[in-house]
Amino acid sequence: MFVAPAFAQELETEAHGETHSEVGVDHGAGGGSFPPFDSSTYPSQLLWLAITFGLFYLFLQKVVLPRIGGILEVRSDRIAQDLDQAAKLKEEADAALAAYEQELADAKSKANAIGQDAREAAKAEAEAERKQVEASLESKLSEAEARIALIKDAAMRDVGQIAEETTGLIVKELIGTTMDKSAVSSAVKASRR
Amino acid sequence: MANDPIHQFQISKLIPIEIGGLDFSFTNSSLFMVATVATAGAFLYLTTSSRGLVPSRLQSVSEMSYEFVANMLRDAAGTHGMKFFPLVFSLFMFVLVANLLGMFPYFFTVTSHIIVTFALSMLVMGTVVIYGFWKHGLKFLGLFVPEGVPAILVPLVVLIEVISFLSRPISLSVRLFANMLAGHITLKVFAGFVVSLGSLGALGIGGALLPLLMTIALTGLEFLVSFLQAYVFAVLTCMYLNDALHPSH
Repeated sequence: MFVAPAFAQELETEAHGETHSEVGVDHGAGGGSFPPFDSSTYPSQLLWLAITFGLFYLFLQKVVLPRIGGILEVRSDRIAQDLDQAAKLKEEADAALAAYEQELADAKSKANAIGQDAREAAKAEAEAERKQVEASLESKLSEAEARIALIKDAAMRDVGQIAEETTGLIVKELIGTTMDKSAVSSAVKASRR
Repeated sequence: MANDPIHQFQISKLIPIEIGGLDFSFTNSSLFMVATVATAGAFLYLTTSSRGLVPSRLQSVSEMSYEFVANMLRDAAGTHGMKFFPLVFSLFMFVLVANLLGMFPYFFTVTSHIIVTFALSMLVMGTVVIYGFWKHGLKFLGLFVPEGVPAILVPLVVLIEVISFLSRPISLSVRLFANMLAGHITLKVFAGFVVSLGSLGALGIGGALLPLLMTIALTGLEFLVSFLQAYVFAVLTCMYLNDALHPSH
């Protein structure tokens, strides 16, 4: 009921522009009107809204928003920086790991090489020793063979004489006479053939 | 008068001031405008004063509202729109805090007066129009001529676009105003039922439970509406500012 005329009034005051306050005052003085459409309060509301909102806007623009923006920026910078650092540290760790593995591989191959060398050296030494032993054995063997041959020769040489002597003695025992040595030896030689 | 649901919107002069025949009195409305601005400003200022790298709870509330509005504006109007960020953020915080302060019993709701919401929406539309013409000159009028429309339809489309543009400040202001007004009247009416039914005796007290529950539910709803209307106001502001920044469709 009261809304319609009040709204009409407002439209009218909008159209009239400057005059609205006077109309509004009259209307407000009438009492019982719907407060939001009571245009007598408009100048005051507009003024105080302009003052308060204007100050609020300036305060936010000059002080609060730069501050919050700064906080957020510092934080995101810090996070980015920390992430960068983490990435860098990870890279370093990776590099260290790679270096470690490289060194490990190097050490392994070196150890293998040393082992191989040692094995070969030992083998060569053993071979040399074996050869030396073999050589000494060989020389001893040939020495022994020479001695055997010598002894054999001596023995063989003695055999004739012993046989002659023995023959001489046996003949002497059998027939009781001493036989001529040369005859005995030729007889022994003949029988040995 | 106490049971009159309209009484809560009454403006009373606290310090009468009259300049040039116009009434510029400091009223309860002015007082709550000051309270709104002081509350919002002090909250934002004090909670961020430590500039914590790791925010405290209240500091993160301030930061969240900052990022909330910043994302809203960036989504609607792109990065160019960020030059209007202080405006949108001020509007959002002002409307939000005014709405929420209005939820206190006996407190005046600044945004339940059409002149306030209309002034705020005219501030937005004024910014859109002035910035649009300043930045794009007459090309700003391309806003009213969508591309790809057959020549015969252009006058009709332009007419519709102009009407829709002109109705924006009205819809923007009436939406907020009507929501706050209707919500507060409904709350008052249901709360009034509790009292009037409760005074009827034992049966009445039983009957008063229903409007009491209703009042509780409505209070919750009104808090939601308080936030939602501030959000809607800010979102629409962002979208209108987008028109000023990028007038071609």
